[in-house]
Amino acid sequence: MTALLSIERVKARYGPVEALRGVSLTVDEGEIVALIGANGAGKSTLLMTICGAPKAAEGRIVYAGQDITGTDLHDMVKLGIAQSPEGRRIFPRMTVLENLQMGAYLGDERNLSGDLERMFALFPRLAERKYQRAGTMSGGEQQMLAIGRALMSRPRLLLLDEPSLGLAPLLVAQIFATIREINRAQGVTVLLVEQNAYHALRLANRGYVLVNGEIRMSGTGQSLLDDPDIRKAYLAGGHG
Amino acid sequence: MEYFLQQLINGLTLGAIYGLIAIGYTMVYGIVGMINFAHGEIYMIGAFVSLVAFTILGTFAFASPVLAILIVLIAAIIFTSVYGWTVERIAYRPLRGSFRLAPLISAIGVSIFLQNYVHLLQGAKMKPLQPIVTGGFVMTGDGSFPVRITYLQIGIIVATVVLMAGFTLLIHKTKLGRAQRACEQDRKMAALLGVNVDRTISITFVMGAALAAVAGLIFTLYYGAVDFFIGFLAGLKAFTAAVLGGIGSLPGAMLGGLLIGLIEAFWSAHFPIAYKDVAVFGILVVVLIFRPTGLLGRPDVEKV
Ligand SMILES: Nc1ncnc2c1ncn2[C@@H]1O[C@H](COP(=O)(O)OP(=O)(O)OP(=O)(O)O)[C@@H](O)[C@H]1O
Ligand SMILES: [Mg+2]
Repeated sequence: MTALLSIERVKARYGPVEALRGVSLTVDEGEIVALIGANGAGKSTLLMTICGAPKAAEGRIVYAGQDITGTDLHDMVKLGIAQSPEGRRIFPRMTVLENLQMGAYLGDERNLSGDLERMFALFPRLAERKYQRAGTMSGGEQQMLAIGRALMSRPRLLLLDEPSLGLAPLLVAQIFATIREINRAQGVTVLLVEQNAYHALRLANRGYVLVNGEIRMSGTGQSLLDDPDIRKAYLAGGHG
Repeated sequence: MEYFLQQLINGLTLGAIYGLIAIGYTMVYGIVGMINFAHGEIYMIGAFVSLVAFTILGTFAFASPVLAILIVLIAAIIFTSVYGWTVERIAYRPLRGSFRLAPLISAIGVSIFLQNYVHLLQGAKMKPLQPIVTGGFVMTGDGSFPVRITYLQIGIIVATVVLMAGFTLLIHKTKLGRAQRACEQDRKMAALLGVNVDRTISITFVMGAALAAVAGLIFTLYYGAVDFFIGFLAGLKAFTAAVLGGIGSLPGAMLGGLLIGLIEAFWSAHFPIAYKDVAVFGILVVVLIFRPTGLLGRPDVEKV
């Protein structure tokens, strides 16, 4: 199988700070891949670098056989890459509906109403809050909106940055179930960044561990879950 | 009562001009976060293009004033749009992402440049124009004080109301408007969703410039004379209107414009006219003391 996304020795800097120090990873079509790592490891930077902000200082990013290393941020959606970024970044002074419409900004108008229906079926809470200003929604609702907005562009590759952040345990389970559903039913490939390593590795086909801007370990979700070092470093919470 | 009504009509007309210019300030501030101090000059250029276009049409002995105004309007909008677009491209875009004061200084520079450029091109003298739209009617007629409203005033007020309603719809109901608001709230996220941020900002400058062109045309028709310096004070007042209404807020800009027009008209009617600008800026100060975000501005606590 050829990789949908392949990142080759990518470095990224913020001024003098080198946040990614030669990262390589691949994501195959139809997979869910988890990326775990401590705070400041460079996980969010990696997702943003895939989208071109910051641009990779070195290395190559290949998507669907095409080198996208220098591509502009606003051209990513056209390629089929959508991101629900760190901190959700919903538009606070727009309604829920408008946020979803923004997700379909470049999409075909004819698909809009059908896609909205699907999003409301996936997240019934969003349907109830359709005309509420997004900034006044609860953290969990905003998270659903951020994922829903990313899906509105009908992506082939979905980049999710900590979708479970700040959610109650019940909601965490629900969000992960939804990600699985999106992946299975709609065939969307997912690259998932998570602090919640246990859930993420259980869900994912494969996983990577990022330490200080470098990939330290990789393998199937299960093999990483069973690894004693990983258990000590990332699963100390006592899951499973 | 009649006197009051007359001042109301005059004030609304003046307020319409300020409101139209103020929208340009407020839209650019909302999206780019900078005060485009050259906007007053764009308005002045709109007025000049109108004057020159009317003069040219006049030499052809153009008969229909409505058609003439339409032609001039299109010419004025095209010219100011080109100026607005170019100013953004040359003076602001290269400075995007540098320190906050840089585009402000650049804007003041552009403003001085445009003033002197028109000064050189058109000379320093007031340029007069034959009245294009004449006539009107008397609204109340008990004889002691007739309240006159001219056709021009009616046209100005109607055109302004239509434009403002149109712009409000555009910002709130269209895809372009949504993209503009998205850029205002989170530029990087907007780009991540496929919005071409640079182009959206350019369009915003062009929209502001087009409204300034309308205001310039109205000024030319209403006062019948233009010079290269009219952009300075009008720009300052319109900026004041935008701040008074709450900078960044579209209805705020309209409200602020109308209020300032009304304050000027009523002040001039009852108090020494030399102090009317003092009154305008005085009220701005008072409002800002009690409502630092302006009348319709949103408090910053909401910012995420
Ligand atoms: N805009 C920025 N400017 C300067 N340094 C930055 C910027 N963004 C991130 N960094 C630095 O880059 C490094 C990686 O940050 P990044 O946000 O990618 O980490 P992360 O793995 O996502 O962490 P977390 O789990 O806390 O979200 C950190 O040291 C951080 O301080
Ligand atoms: Mg992060």
